[in-house]
Amino acid sequence: MIFTLIDIALLTFMGATAFAILRLRSLFAVVMLSGIYSLLAASMFVALDAVDVAFTEAAVGAGISTVLMIAVLALTGEREKTPAHTPLLPLLVVILTGAALVYGTFDMPAFGDANAPVHLHVAPRYLHDSFAEVGLPNVVTSVLASYRGYDTLGEVTVIFTAGVAVMLLLGGRKGDDAGIKQQPVDEDGDDRRADSKDLDGSGGAA
Amino acid sequence: MFAMTTLAVLIALGMALARAFIGPTVFDRILAVNSVGTKTVLLIAVLGFLTGRPDFLDIAIVYALINFIGVAAILKYVKYGDFAHPGEIETDPPGNIAGTATGDGEDER
Repeated sequence: MIFTLIDIALLTFMGATAFAILRLRSLFAVVMLSGIYSLLAASMFVALDAVDVAFTEAAVGAGISTVLMIAVLALTGEREKTPAHTPLLPLLVVILTGAALVYGTFDMPAFGDANAPVHLHVAPRYLHDSFAEVGLPNVVTSVLASYRGYDTLGEVTVIFTAGVAVMLLLGGRKGDDAGIKQQPVDEDGDDRRADSKDLDGSGGAA
Repeated sequence: MFAMTTLAVLIALGMALARAFIGPTVFDRILAVNSVGTKTVLLIAVLGFLTGRPDFLDIAIVYALINFIGVAAILKYVKYGDFAHPGEIETDPPGNIAGTATGDGEDER
């Protein structure tokens, strides 16, 4: 009973957070709320006994992607422009797609069903034979590193490429024309002092 | 007892969420994110005891670390507007050092 209540409460919170993300125009608040959404999703995964997925969700969703989004906000503006078109057609498409997905879940086995095909077909072979075939005590590790090793290699390549691309986008520029947000230097006393202080700071860091 | 604790944590989570939704200033939202993270840590810990398997407490500890790092990064952005800012290396004592800095700046230009 209490678990149903936890599920209902967490899903309600996630829905409310998603709706607030849709309605807000301040992008900083949107980034904050998406971090909150990731934390709620991680709680949901823990409630569903998927602790490793929850851990990844919290580290990636609430941790690094919040920081990356904040870094993007440092390069761009903080207000979202009001869209010119009416959102009725995208809303219709999203509702239809969601209805199709929900309709698709009716054919799925119930949550935790021991007779689900995924528990009958390959999983017993992994559980019984993986130690003899691979020699690792952890079944998950032997599946990831041996049975689908090429797939894991591809994933690592994708993640590496994405990391390189993000680092190029965020930190690749050096030199005078680096900053998009660089302030114009006026011949004003105050601004010059601030500018020279900035130069001094970067010199001290280097 | 753990069920009541879970209910209390969920209610506190809802209140922090409400502050995140309506919070007028930036700091309300940062504080809301921080306390939602804390409530997540508490919820994971209580869920572990509720299901009788408190093996995931270390996961909760890692969540606390992620929460701290994220909030520290957000606060640095809010204060300086930039992640690459050197921070509080030389706060301005308005005297000799500022004059030297201005001289350096003139030389650079």
